Amino acid sequence: MTSTAPQRNEPSRAFDRSEARRARNAGRAMRETVFRIVGLVATILGLVALTALIVDLVISGYPRLTWDFLTNFPSRRASQAGILSAWVGSLLIILVTTSVAVPVGVAAGIYLEEYAPRNRLTDIIEINVSNLAGVPSIIYGLLALGLFVYGLGTGRSIFTAGLTLALLILPIIIVATREAIRSVPSSLREAAVGLGATDWQVTRDHILPAAMPGVLTGVIIGTSRALGETAPLITIGALTFIAFLPTPPIQSTPPFVNMHWLWEGYTVLPIQAFNWISRPGSDFLANAAAASIVLLVITLGLNGVAIWLRARLRRKLKW
Amino acid sequence: MASKLTPEQRRRQRQRESLIKAGLFAAAASSVLVTLGIVGVLLYESAEFFRHVSLQLFLTDTVWTPLFDQPRYGILPLLCGTLLSTVVALAVAAPLGLTAAVYLSEFASPRVRETIKPALEMLSGVPTVVYGFFALLFVTPLLQKTILPSLPGFNILSAGIVIGIMILPYIASLSEDAMRAVPQALRDGSLAIGATKYETAVKVVLPAAFSGIAAAFVLAISRAVGETMVVAIAAGQQPNLTIDPREPAATITAYIVQVALGDLPHGSIGYQSIFAAGLVLFLMTLTFNILAFWLRRRYREAY
Amino acid sequence: MTMTMHGTFKASNGAAAADGGRIFAQLTAPKIVASGVNVFYGEKQALRDVSVEIPNQIVTAFIGPSGCGKSTFLRCINRMNDTIESCRVTGELKIDGRDIYARDVDPVELRSRVGMVFQKPNPFPKSIYDNIAYGPRIHGLSTNRAELDAIVEKSLVKAGLWGEVKERLGDSATGLSGGQQQRLCIARAIAVDPEIILMDEPCSALDPIATARIEELIEELRRTYCIVIVTHSFAQAARVSQQTAFFHLGDLIEVGPTEQVFSAPREAKTQDYITGRFG
Repeated sequence: MTSTAPQRNEPSRAFDRSEARRARNAGRAMRETVFRIVGLVATILGLVALTALIVDLVISGYPRLTWDFLTNFPSRRASQAGILSAWVGSLLIILVTTSVAVPVGVAAGIYLEEYAPRNRLTDIIEINVSNLAGVPSIIYGLLALGLFVYGLGTGRSIFTAGLTLALLILPIIIVATREAIRSVPSSLREAAVGLGATDWQVTRDHILPAAMPGVLTGVIIGTSRALGETAPLITIGALTFIAFLPTPPIQSTPPFVNMHWLWEGYTVLPIQAFNWISRPGSDFLANAAAASIVLLVITLGLNGVAIWLRARLRRKLKW
Repeated sequence: MASKLTPEQRRRQRQRESLIKAGLFAAAASSVLVTLGIVGVLLYESAEFFRHVSLQLFLTDTVWTPLFDQPRYGILPLLCGTLLSTVVALAVAAPLGLTAAVYLSEFASPRVRETIKPALEMLSGVPTVVYGFFALLFVTPLLQKTILPSLPGFNILSAGIVIGIMILPYIASLSEDAMRAVPQALRDGSLAIGATKYETAVKVVLPAAFSGIAAAFVLAISRAVGETMVVAIAAGQQPNLTIDPREPAATITAYIVQVALGDLPHGSIGYQSIFAAGLVLFLMTLTFNILAFWLRRRYREAY
Repeated sequence: MTMTMHGTFKASNGAAAADGGRIFAQLTAPKIVASGVNVFYGEKQALRDVSVEIPNQIVTAFIGPSGCGKSTFLRCINRMNDTIESCRVTGELKIDGRDIYARDVDPVELRSRVGMVFQKPNPFPKSIYDNIAYGPRIHGLSTNRAELDAIVEKSLVKAGLWGEVKERLGDSATGLSGGQQQRLCIARAIAVDPEIILMDEPCSALDPIATARIEELIEELRRTYCIVIVTHSFAQAARVSQQTAFFHLGDLIEVGPTEQVFSAPREAKTQDYITGRFG
């Protein structure tokens, strides 16, 4: 026995070798083992559901994934319907969205991290961004409906749709930019300041380039989110049966470029899928499944790229 | 003089810097403008709405039929649908998510964690339309074939379950982050007195990470409340004041979409009703978001 | 209480004796003059009433135990403390007779005259060339590529790095060894043609061989520049400097020729620190 034992023939409590204690410890050990199993199952359950989702989609929609499907317009006949107008619409809208959200979002992120003083106004802006990130997407649709479509008269156009989604993903870009800037080590900043660089020179020449991969990750995630959004676009009146493409921006007469397409009607991939799901009858269901597969490939693909980028970043920047 | 820039050049440089700073500030302040825009639009149209509909009736009537000839504007059925779907979603996501979070944070090896966390985050990258599809055409038939043969084709239960799967990453990932932020010293102290890993996780780490986990929950709830397409597709669009999730019901969000799909003339009461409903929704999520913001600040300060 | 230098002073190391034991302070006005400088971080006072004169073309060392304020005072000289929001500086700090904390002084301009080398080498994640060229570019020191090339070469030569990198100026600076990176940072500071070079424990992250090379470099550089070096090693201060200032808990305890401070310090605290009683 140890020297701390009070008496030789009376074992101290810490070394109680009784049955009761052994049973208790066995119970505790078993609880832990049970939890390890339960925990693993719980963790994987979500992924199991995702797999079931993908498998189900593929089974229903795979037969419809043909080249025709990708290049046809929607049609009243299920077998001839395609997603051409839908993915072109998605593409054009994303163009508008990123053109607005990325400059504004990155600029806002730079301001909040590099320039903003610690005062009331900055707090208000921060709470604002945090709140906007959690506002349901349909509210952005209502905002756009009241303010843009009717208030400013921009109508049910690609421009309105792009602008609405830009406002939606703005918080994502701002947060991603801030985190990317925050992860740049302060020694880099000190070196630049010590050489006599102005605030903007420090940001433009050193901080931003270092933060670029993180910002890019945020842009990709934001784009993926915007591509999958349905509710706000329905609210501002996306048309669900579009059998034409917007006017091409390149033309053969001067001035050779036009922006008519910005003001025209549109549909997007998720709305097309939604439209087909809502139709009674199983023929369109296959189409819906196929459109969903395309959408899923794009969004999961983008998300995967972003996650991979972020993992590579974290490994590289072991400051 | 080391620098060869003339005072004139320096002055112009300072001017440029001020301009740049102002531009950056404008970009940051635009977020405030967006919020003001949202509040403005919602209040403006709701004000119009409440000129025709009594606020009291709005909040207490139990039927929502704004598009009928004898319209009734009680928001309770919509609120009920929203709450019901959220409760079902939480019933799925909370136990699964928390268990997963504890497992990932305290038990899983780094390699397992590195593979599973990103995979979980992929769950939140699935477009909601696809989730709706899943709920309508996979979950409902599955339930009908196994445990609930009398389940109607449109019901809140399937929608709620799928929303639960959708918010799983919020709860699991954010809670796991909160738990990982707990200093190792606390765990060491517990293990040193002979507690098992499981006991340490549940009795020491979880309570310590409470604010972060609470924030995760609140954010997940906010997300579930704002979900639109899953319910619009799978829960039917009939407002229904019920606490039985096996029935079809409509949420606030599903109602707005339904109206938007139709063709309501600008300025009509039906048009304004979606803004009134939207205002209620906005106030709910605003409360949740501010709560989560405050909770997150608290847990960041604790370390 | 102002501390001034009296009489001539023989340089404390053999190499410098070759330049004839410079006579300074009474023949030329001191480069940097601090009078009653206090520094506060919020409510906490980090430096109390510091007054000291720092002559040109010698190395002045700031020594003292951790947290004594020596780095804080160093960072006042190029106003790096401006970047810390809660920091407040009072008193007078003059360079060439002009108070650098006056309202009309542009810190950006100041930092082109007062260069800094940091404790851990911090080259930009750019090429070696671009690291050196950055300062001259933003301060308009060259009008064409040829001039810039000349500046880069001259700086690298002065920093004793040219031979090792002249074939690979386009390589990333982060691929250099620790000692090379620090010499790069010195070259980068020199490229802007400053008058004063501040060094904040420049060798503490380096091995002894790299440290020795940097110390040689410092001895070379002090013929052209006013050098102030913070060091936690008083052995280094003894090797490298001609004037030493001893700080303790925010006060400047003693300032004097290095030889005198180390062999016959006037203050008891200095004696205690040097003999290793604390710190």
